[in-house]
Amino acid sequence: MFSRKRPGLAIVFFAIAATANLCSAQSTSQTIATVAPKVVKIFGAGGSKNLYAYGSGFLVSPQGHIVTVWSHILDSDTVSVVLHDGRRFEGKVIGAEPPLDLAVLKIEAEGLPFFDMGMATSAGPGTRVLGFSNAFKVATGDEPVSVIHGVIAAKTTLAARRGAFDAPYAGPVYVIDAVTNNAGAAGGVLTTWDGRLIGMIGKELRNAQTNTWLNYVMPISELQETVGQIISGRFSSTKRDDDGNENSIRTRPRRYDAADFGIITIPDVVARTPAYIDRVLPGSLAEAAGLQPNDLILFVRDDLVQSCQMLKEELGRLESGDQLKLVVRRDDQLMTVTIAVPKKTVE
Amino acid sequence: MKCSAGLPVLIVAFSMMSSGVSVAAEPEVLRAQQVRTEVVRQAAPAVVAIFSQDGNGGGSGVLISPDGYALSNFHVTSACGDFMKCGLNDGVLYDAVIVGIDPTGDVALIKMLGRTDFPFAPLGDSDAVMAGDWTYAMGNPFLLATDFQPTVTFGMVSGAHRYQYPSGTFLEYTDCIQVDTSINPGNSGGPLFNAKGELIGINGRIAVEKRGRVNVGAGYAISINQIRHFMDQLRGGHIVDHATLGATVRTGADRTVLVDSILESSDAFRRGLRDDDEIISFAGRPIGSVNQFKNILGIYPKGWSLPLVYRREGQKHQIFVELPPLHRKTELALPSGPKGPQPPRPNGRGPRSPEKQPATGAELPEEKLPDEYKKLLVKKAGYANYYFNQQEQERVLKGLLPFSAWQGIAGKWTLGGRTVDGDSFQIKLLPQALTSQFTKRAPGLQKLDGTDFVDEPPGSGGLLAALYQFKLLLTEGATAFNETYYDGSHPLDGRGPTVDVLVTKNSTIECHWYFRTNDGLLVGFDSSLGTDVDASEVRFLQYTEFQGRHFPNRFSVRYGDTDYGTFDLLTIDVSASENSTQVSPSSQ
Repeated sequence: MFSRKRPGLAIVFFAIAATANLCSAQSTSQTIATVAPKVVKIFGAGGSKNLYAYGSGFLVSPQGHIVTVWSHILDSDTVSVVLHDGRRFEGKVIGAEPPLDLAVLKIEAEGLPFFDMGMATSAGPGTRVLGFSNAFKVATGDEPVSVIHGVIAAKTTLAARRGAFDAPYAGPVYVIDAVTNNAGAAGGVLTTWDGRLIGMIGKELRNAQTNTWLNYVMPISELQETVGQIISGRFSSTKRDDDGNENSIRTRPRRYDAADFGIITIPDVVARTPAYIDRVLPGSLAEAAGLQPNDLILFVRDDLVQSCQMLKEELGRLESGDQLKLVVRRDDQLMTVTIAVPKKTVE
Repeated sequence: MKCSAGLPVLIVAFSMMSSGVSVAAEPEVLRAQQVRTEVVRQAAPAVVAIFSQDGNGGGSGVLISPDGYALSNFHVTSACGDFMKCGLNDGVLYDAVIVGIDPTGDVALIKMLGRTDFPFAPLGDSDAVMAGDWTYAMGNPFLLATDFQPTVTFGMVSGAHRYQYPSGTFLEYTDCIQVDTSINPGNSGGPLFNAKGELIGINGRIAVEKRGRVNVGAGYAISINQIRHFMDQLRGGHIVDHATLGATVRTGADRTVLVDSILESSDAFRRGLRDDDEIISFAGRPIGSVNQFKNILGIYPKGWSLPLVYRREGQKHQIFVELPPLHRKTELALPSGPKGPQPPRPNGRGPRSPEKQPATGAELPEEKLPDEYKKLLVKKAGYANYYFNQQEQERVLKGLLPFSAWQGIAGKWTLGGRTVDGDSFQIKLLPQALTSQFTKRAPGLQKLDGTDFVDEPPGSGGLLAALYQFKLLLTEGATAFNETYYDGSHPLDGRGPTVDVLVTKNSTIECHWYFRTNDGLLVGFDSSLGTDVDASEVRFLQYTEFQGRHFPNRFSVRYGDTDYGTFDLLTIDVSASENSTQVSPSSQ
């Protein structure tokens, strides 16, 4: 979802943020003092209009492994990394995964403050968060990076459709009510109020049609495995195929999804979005089975489906040749339909 | 990505809020809310909505004294003219006049008229501000408040001691406070309060890139501690100037800050600073980067003396450096604000909200300015409003009242006594010449027949000329000088008590007279024989009465890095005519 820069919206979110308690000022400054040194300023290629030559990153090892976004800043031969204490190092890109918009740098240093990615957490909508980044290159030398506060507005999936809505990253994201994604902020971190790592701030993202900007953050859980592989040297990058889809970077197989049956659910925007059918594709198996828009899917086989996410997981487990039994609620009635799972070419 | 998803989330947000009303909130939350509303209630009356005289343009401001002094941005007041209209949250529109401006720091001081009991904001300590502190910004963003009830936004300090590069000619934001508190066009000049409701800054700038002139999570406030340094100069109606070191600095190896090229005419050079010296601390703050140095330099007015510690060949040295002005006077004396790119200028037309063009201007009453207010503006080159300089001169000159017995005693003065190091002296201030005789020191002669003033006695920096200026001040007052003005206040010699500065000029001699701010006592003066040379620094250490006439009976004289001497005055022989009378101190 997009946070339109309108006063009305700002007031809504302001009200939410304001209900959170204010008594934690002391611990907030402690959190900031702990987190900010783990965030670094990165200077590299760019410098022309709208191609800023600065960015952010965060340390994930005491030996100087730095996670950041994959961007033009890293195109130069040398990338300058400036630590919280003002020390400047030459950063080397040791690995990148463009589909995740992820790059890992290494500087030659030791004993640095860092985030343990294994200790990263996840959070739901309504969680108060802090964003740390070198937005607008405000901080130089040993000046601490900027911190802003906000609330997770949604946890959703960012689709990267070419043309209509091209995003540098496709996958699960947190959407933040504050303007976390500014020039130079990509590669910064989102943390909980007590400083636990939640995600990496993404690039600036604008919808050309509505002229709105999206402030999204990539969950650490999406990046962690790849970062680990890059650091241990076991990683080989996947590339986008011709359709712009990524080639299986997920561990869990998702053999089928709702679209395979001609079912389009409503947008999955909150933690437990009920699995309502938004549209049924003409000529599809679902249409043949009599499913209609506004049907609420309650059971897949005999498993209760509480959300779009769970529906996705259940459908992902299907095998070719299975019988898919769905229980849906239409108005006040429960209906059961059965669809034969079609054959699918294995990729 | 589904754009339609925005609506459901909003609905969820609203329903969360409404369900919160029916359910009892936690007491802690309610208490925090109560504290906030109380802070807002107390702070709001001091917040000013500023418009031009004809109701166009506008911005925000904040009252800082009951007699109506209010702070705003230079870029707000420069668009409004010398007289402006100011609305408070009581719904009343007041007249206001420009007092002083700081085009470099983007600060303006105005005076609201018509009351002596204005509500005002207490000043906080912006150096105590830390990232994570809560702040309130108040003002008139998008000029929404037609009833002058300020808009309140609430947010967090994102960074302290930030440096923002100059935009255009002036407007360098140094040592400023960065907030994620929503600051928008129209907020300019308005207050940033800390959680206690104390004024910690003046909101003036927002990060503007490709998203239009609206808040994008980074706003900047000029720190109130910086403004404090300039406050008395602003009250003196000046177009104030910032300072330079007279040298540029660069980053050396290992994050050191080195002197790059130093002007030989600068005080820093005369105090011994040279190229490639490593600057360790400045104004008591350690220096770790060029930005830090600029941050510190940027918060001080020209003419201040500040301690500077530098290292050369492993040796540390501390000096006090008097800061030269950043600009030439003509550079700042522009009639209508800076040229070139401007920071967000409040015009009520947010680029994304064309449907909200406030018609505030049309609603302002057409009113002629009362004649009594017109005399509150005196235009003079180099000043925003010389009227206020006159007021401050009058105030400071009251420090000469104890010397009133000297008025008109313009004849021959003979001062006799000893120096602390055992020399004896006789100094004669005659209408046609000035002389000094010592047992040990070299004698001095300064003719008063139109020849140039020189360093007599040698090595004193022109003590004879200095004492002659003092005589003029006591006998004739400010009228004895070609030019007199009030020049704000600063700590004496960079470390002493705060003093009001009165500047006088006579032929080539410029004197700075120092009146202690807490009691108005004249504690000394500097007398310079020209520009870019060290002054003869006379400091009055003790006063007594010589036959009912108040006079310093102990004073020290310093020139450059050398103490010339400390003088104990035992007798003053004064003869207005041919008959001279020898007077001795009535008390010691």
